[in-house]
Amino acid sequence: MDYNFHWRPVFRALPDLFEAALITLEISTLSILLGIVLGMVLAISKMKGPWPLRALAIGWIEIARNTPALFQLFFFGFGLGAFGLHLSPYMIVLIGLTYNNAGYLAETFRGGINAVPETQVKAGRSLGMTATQVFTRIIAPQVLKIVYHPMTNQFVWAVLMSSLGMLVGFRELSGETQFFASKTFRIFEYFAVTALIYYVIVKIILGVSKLIAWRAFRWGN
Amino acid sequence: MIKIRGLKKRFGTNEVLKGIDLDVKKGEVLSVIGASGSGKSTLLYCINGLEPIQDGYIEVDDTRVHDRNTNVNLLRQKLGMVFQQWNSFPHLTALENVALAPRIVRKKSKREAQEIAKKQLSHVGLGDKLDAYPNSLSGGQQQRLAIARALAMEPEYMLFDEATSALDPELVGEVLDTMRLLADEGMTMICVTHEMGFAKDVSDRVAYFHQGILEEVGPPSQIFGNPTSEHTKKFLSKTR
Repeated sequence: MDYNFHWRPVFRALPDLFEAALITLEISTLSILLGIVLGMVLAISKMKGPWPLRALAIGWIEIARNTPALFQLFFFGFGLGAFGLHLSPYMIVLIGLTYNNAGYLAETFRGGINAVPETQVKAGRSLGMTATQVFTRIIAPQVLKIVYHPMTNQFVWAVLMSSLGMLVGFRELSGETQFFASKTFRIFEYFAVTALIYYVIVKIILGVSKLIAWRAFRWGN
Repeated sequence: MIKIRGLKKRFGTNEVLKGIDLDVKKGEVLSVIGASGSGKSTLLYCINGLEPIQDGYIEVDDTRVHDRNTNVNLLRQKLGMVFQQWNSFPHLTALENVALAPRIVRKKSKREAQEIAKKQLSHVGLGDKLDAYPNSLSGGQQQRLAIARALAMEPEYMLFDEATSALDPELVGEVLDTMRLLADEGMTMICVTHEMGFAKDVSDRVAYFHQGILEEVGPPSQIFGNPTSEHTKKFLSKTR
């Protein structure tokens, strides 16, 4: 093997890569936040919604969880494109990731809500609280604790999945890396450094998440 | 006063209350005894509107519990309830558990709600556990916490649903003592219980339920000393 490593071009591109990493972080954060809101709506729709809403929720969740995330991105890109609806690469990735996150989180939330005993609702109502007060003050905090770590995992997945963006022409971290790599043919060097950047991003997310959990869930075991 | 007339309650096709007539006067302590599945707990759930009913009515101070126009959240402030599964809110400290409802239901200020909570927690002997989370409390302490939480709403009636039956035997005493204390203070209480000693010593009247029917009701001396119904006799002979 007589491959010569050339790291210099990668180092020169680092500022651009870091900027792309911020885009990765931005789009995965947005997609997880939207995913949490939609996932909650889907979970409640599946559990308590009228049948059209329930059917919609079930369809969404089934497709999101049981088909490749890449195909979901392709659908919002090329699929809608075939019908004349052309989204920007940014929107394709954001909508695709959000779609996927919401589907996974919906099932996480449903499990979390089911895990809180029904008697907690009765106890709250017996004190004169409204159903909404019981949900926000008693049920939701307990669900949050149960779903917190799965939610963190989903966030990590969103960061890693966003690399699929390069396949629909989005210049997030992987797309940017691909762009430089193909200009210089230093493919291994670029992707090795980028892998390290992903690794650090994920570790930071996990660290911050652990810190928040330690502060927020002192009441648990 | 709580007034129950012709109360019928079904779960699907299973009729668990088959026409109950019962009055509970202010200041009275009524113990409700009977075998499991006789409908005693369901009666409590119906009284504070946690369960819908199929026939008859329940009035609490002349307000019909199941009337469509009744503000049941307001009515429940009069009716404290303590459950078999003590149901402390695990994410809140003892103080927060008790202060929550006064704050968000009765709209007290944070400080006022905390004052009420402190007072009630000392009342049930948990004055030194204000900042403890439920998972660090024993079952008996959690049940007393539940009593304090109900009392913080300054209810006029307290409903106890087998408050001691999920507790380890050595913890039953402290909860019964707390209930006795309330009775002595003149609280109106309906206690569904398997503690015959408590029923005998503390109650003004005892009601015996048998398969969804109020079989017999009277002072403890009558129910325990000279029951008229065969079912009551049979039940009591088995429990002693």
